[in-house]
Order: sequence, then structure tokens, then C-alpha cells
Amino acid sequence: MSAHVHAAPAPVGGRLLNAVSFVCAVLILSAFAILALRFWGGLGAVTNLNDGYPWGIWVVGDVVIGSAFACGGFSVAMLVYIFNKGEYHPLVRPALLASLFGYSLAGAGVIFDLGRYWNFWHILWPGYASPNSVMFEVAACISLYILVMWLEFSPTFFEKFGWTNAQRKVGRAMFFLVGLGTVLPMMHQSSLGSMLIVFGTQLHPLWQTMALPAIYLISAITIGYAVVLFESCVAAAGYRRSIEMHLLTPLSKVMLGMLGLYLAIRFGDLIVRGAIATAFEPTLQAFMFWLESIAFVLPFWILGSPAKRANPANLFVGGAVLMIAGILLRVNSYLIGYQTGDGWSYFPSIPEMMVTFGMFAIEVLAYIVITRRFPVLPREDHAPAGQAA
Amino acid sequence: MSSRRDFLRCALAGGAAVAGAAASPAAQARGNAEISPDAVGLLFDSTLCIGCKACVAACKTANNLPVDINTTPDSPWDVPLDTTARTFNVIKVYRDGKATLKDAEQGGYAFMKSSCLHCVDPSCVSACPVSAMLKDPVTGIVSYDKDACIGCRYCVAACPFGIPKYDYDSPTGAIGKCELCRHRMQDGHYAACAEVCPTGATLYGKVSDLRAEAQRRLALKAGDTTIFPRGNLTTGDQPSWEGVVPAYVQHVYGEKEVGGTQMMKLAAVPFDKLGHKPLPERSFSSRSETLQHTLYGGLALPVVALGVMTFLAKRNMPKDDESAGQHSDKREGGQ
Repeated sequence: MSAHVHAAPAPVGGRLLNAVSFVCAVLILSAFAILALRFWGGLGAVTNLNDGYPWGIWVVGDVVIGSAFACGGFSVAMLVYIFNKGEYHPLVRPALLASLFGYSLAGAGVIFDLGRYWNFWHILWPGYASPNSVMFEVAACISLYILVMWLEFSPTFFEKFGWTNAQRKVGRAMFFLVGLGTVLPMMHQSSLGSMLIVFGTQLHPLWQTMALPAIYLISAITIGYAVVLFESCVAAAGYRRSIEMHLLTPLSKVMLGMLGLYLAIRFGDLIVRGAIATAFEPTLQAFMFWLESIAFVLPFWILGSPAKRANPANLFVGGAVLMIAGILLRVNSYLIGYQTGDGWSYFPSIPEMMVTFGMFAIEVLAYIVITRRFPVLPREDHAPAGQAA
Repeated sequence: MSSRRDFLRCALAGGAAVAGAAASPAAQARGNAEISPDAVGLLFDSTLCIGCKACVAACKTANNLPVDINTTPDSPWDVPLDTTARTFNVIKVYRDGKATLKDAEQGGYAFMKSSCLHCVDPSCVSACPVSAMLKDPVTGIVSYDKDACIGCRYCVAACPFGIPKYDYDSPTGAIGKCELCRHRMQDGHYAACAEVCPTGATLYGKVSDLRAEAQRRLALKAGDTTIFPRGNLTTGDQPSWEGVVPAYVQHVYGEKEVGGTQMMKLAAVPFDKLGHKPLPERSFSSRSETLQHTLYGGLALPVVALGVMTFLAKRNMPKDDESAGQHSDKREGGQ
């Protein structure tokens, strides 16, 4: 690993106030205004939630999808430190940063979806906490993982503030933090799938399976790589930096390997259970299943050959399509495939969506502020364009 | 090249391990929960229900519940259309065609009670992360504690009967559902719906007694006369009456469904017409908990995984590179 010499991470610099950060700020303020209404009038005041669909996009979008998108840090750290692929090292910090915010916001986002949020601490409190509940497992692991990630990322802040002593102390425990940082997300990303098992026959057979933990875990790792491709391309374009093609091209091949494993498990399970037959029925669920499956297969076509993988546009599109596939799997299994009885329907309200947009805006804004002011992205040889402007 | 093969091998092994652990019926597998010998419950006989809704009103009074918002706009009194966080019991009607004949599938009508079935192995209790939903080890009543509840609504989503409901119109909304009037039991009372039922369509008692009564009725010949108890079957506190045996569907709904329920139902119209879909005998909570206990029993699997990951991370992390993302050659770095 020490054979790989990379450019050190350095702040990108440049102005914090621009069109993107302004739009983010507006979205964030609207989200807070809507949340004030929610805390004043109850969940029904701003959401379309009902007893047939008690979970909407705040749970499925902000937590289930949000945390899967935040798997970049976990996926890349696993590649670098567990599978000893040191060449991907420069990707760790930016990926970890995105994960840090994704998870911290997913954790915070849960609070305003909880109907009795003032009791939230019960979930980790002996006497209340119920280990039989899959949600307990998710909550415990996500809470711990957020803490671990802040510690993993803390050297960036220590470096900036010159706290070498603290930096050294965290550095000595880093191997253990990395170990925890891979096991904890494995546990809760699989459990986000296991949460659906207790729904029983309310969940369509295309998604109700004991393989859900494996399906959710492998897809989350795969999406982790997709997010890194996507983010690296966006960061390169946004900051007018060169794209790290020498890293992203082989990473996309790793992603395809994981994707192959995912598809083998997903379709193997459907065939073994015989549930694949229901995919040929004229139902909304079957249609959405094929949409989901196409999105999972498309990256093979987009990134199938070395020539295609050498094209940054393909990396961006491949990553984005796989992220959409991840969204579809999660929306399908939590909402479309969930049929609780006749007469119930759910589509998110505008205010509900605005809150979710606001949450993503916080992530984007925080990413901009931190990468411009803290050493996260690898140093560029030439002066960053943002600084010259 | 070899390290890439290593990676793929590791990834495949990891995936296979997860898939294997998830799919195999492991040692920690648990079957359906057993019913307590002193479990209490209800027997609802659709053929005896006259749709008077005395039970709906009594339930509201006994539980001190407000007028519901889920009511028909022009009705002068509280007519809840379904159970909500503020209505724990409703009588629903099945209609077909002109709906003239009681308990006839074609051209007839039939009543059905909708309230908590107090499952022997409840999904809501298994789902609840904070022990707000609990099953009494003796009576088997599934209780709810709003002071423990975090309002996550996992119980609402998990219940196969759609029973626990959340109050979305309150900033401090709670879950609402039937608790079999457990708060009235110390005064010698029992479920208010059964107490007030004029025909014994809703009967309270020990589940063992109720099951025997249900089987007795199914064994009767349609058209014969028989005695129908009222109120509390176990104590026989109310006078019974003689009536004609209806043509029952030969099925006690709740005897086997999702591991059995402590409220059971009899009807003369097929149950799926009365909003009761067929359900498997294996409880969903036993499937979910078997999976969780297989993966996390004694935390063995996570601890082994952590050991392996920590070992690999230690081995692969060079001394000067111990701050995840830290540059491997500091001399070149700096700001």
C-alpha cells in the first residue's frame, strides 16, 4: 500500500456563496418552515401518510435510500483497507465525507418522522429497547456507525486545526474504527431489508423473501461505488478539477463485479422460490419490478467494455443509473410492493417532498463548505479554478 | 491480478455467507409462540350480529374515546367507518346485490366486527423497538403503552389485520387499538363490547372455552335449535337464549391464522368476502425473529466479522497512514 504515492488532500478553496449554495439554502429554509408546521399540527398537517401507508418518503427516502447512498465511505474503505487496494486511497476522504452527512442526516431525519419523538432515546435504553425488533438493530447500528464515522473523519478537522496530538491518538485506533466502520453498515444495511420480513404476505412475493438482508446489503455496497463514481464526476465538473479516471475506471469494474453478485442472488432467489412467475402478471408491481431490474442490468451495457469504462460520461451515467436502481428496489419493496388492504393509497405531498429535497440540500451545501475549506479532495497541481475566479 | 481475484473471492464468500445465514433454517429457528393456558379473548359470530353497534358505542365509552373525524359528513352522530386511533372497534357490513337476505353470500348481507385480534404471536410486538406493544404472559392481551412509544408506526405497518392505528392529526399523536378492556378487569369487568352485546355475537371468555364453543357450533346441523350463551362464556354471567343454527362456513377464523389469534370468528359468508384474507399458519414474527436471531444470536457473527475486519485493516494499514484518508507520504503534503 505504501507503494502508492498520492497527492495529499487539500482544501479546494473559492467562494462559498454561489448559485448552487444559494438554491440549497432556500430549499433548506423551506424544509425547516414545513417542519415547523409538522411539529405544530402533527404528521397529517404536511404529509399524506395514513394507516395503510404509515411510512412515506421521509422513512423510505431520507433513511432507507439516504443511508444506502451514504454507503460510499463504507464501500471504498472496505476496498482500501480490507481488500488492500491502496490505489483507491484518495477516494476515501471524499466518500467518507458524503457518508458522514448522509448518515447523520438520516439519523436526524428520523426524529421528525417519529410521532412521539421526545421518547426517541427509549430505542437504546435498557428496559425499553427490544432486541427482537429489527428496527432496534437498525437504530443501534446506525447510531454507533455515525459516531464511528465522525471519529474516522476527525483527522481531517484535527489536521485543519493543527491538533496533532488528537490526530495521533485517533490514528492509533484507526484500524479498529475501520473494522467497526465495515461491520456496522453491513449489519444495518442488511437489516433495512430484514425490516420487511415481518410484513409477511402484505409484501408482494417479488420482494418478500428471507434473502432480503443479502439483497439489501449487496445492493448497498454496489450503490456505494455508484455514488463515488457519480460524486467524483460531479465534484470534478463543479470544481473544474480533473477527473480521477485512473481510479474510477477500475472502480467501475469492481462495481460491476458486485452488481453481478447482486443479480445472481436476486434472480436466483426469485427462481428458487418460484416468485418470478408473478413478474409476468399484468400488475403495477410486475411493471415496477421490471423497471427496477432493467436499471440494475443497464450498467453492464453502459460500462461493459474497457473502452466504455474509460469514458467519464459513461462512468457518470452508469453510476447514476445504478443509483436509480437502488431507489427503485427500495421504493418498490417499501411502498409499491406493500399492499396493506383495499382502499389505501399513498403519494407524497408537495411539502413532504420539499422536506426530503431540503435534507439532500443540506448534504450538498455541507459538502461544498467542507471540501472548499477542509482538506478532503486530493490536491490539484494547478491552482483551482474556483480560486482564480 | 491475483489481488483482484482475492477480492472477488472474498466478496463472493461474504455474500454467500450472508445469503446462507439468511436462508438456512438455523439452530435458533423459532416456531410460532405457544398460547398461555389462561389466555382470554373473544368469539365473534357474524350470524348472531344484528348490526346494532351497541359494542361500538360501549367501546368508545369504556375507553373514553372522542368523536371520530372519520365519519360520514351528514350524520348527526358518531359513525366511524373504520377503526382509527380514536375508534378501536367497528361493525362493518358486507352487501351483495339488493342485500335482502342476512348471511347470504349472493344478494345478501352480513356483519363483521373489526378490532384487535390479540394474536398469539403478534407482529406488532415483534416489530416494536421500544416494548410499547407487549403481550401479557398470562392473559395474552396485547397492550400498548403510549409513554414508551416513539411513534415509529412499525406496528401499524406490520399488523396483517391493519389494527394498530396512529393519530396523524395531533402533534403528540399516539397509537390506538383495542386492549380488551384490561383497564376494567380489576373491577370485575371484561371487554365492554361483549358485556353489552344483546345476542352474544361477541362473546368473552378463556380462549380454550371459546375454541370449544366455536367447534360445538360448527358441529351442529343447520336448521336445528341450540343454546347461544351471552356475555362471559367462562363465568356464564348473562342468561343465554335458544336460537336456530345457521349454515356456518366450516372454518374458525383465528384458530390457525398467523399462529392463531385470541379473538376468533365464525360466519356464514366466506371470510375473504368479509375482509379477512387467507393467511399462512406460520407467524410472520417467528420468521422475522428467526432471521434476526440467526444473524445476531449471542452477537457471534458480528463479533467474528469485526475480528476479521479489524485484523485485515490492521494488516493493510501502514504505520504512517493511520488516519483513514490521511496522505501516505506526509513530507510531500501539508498546506
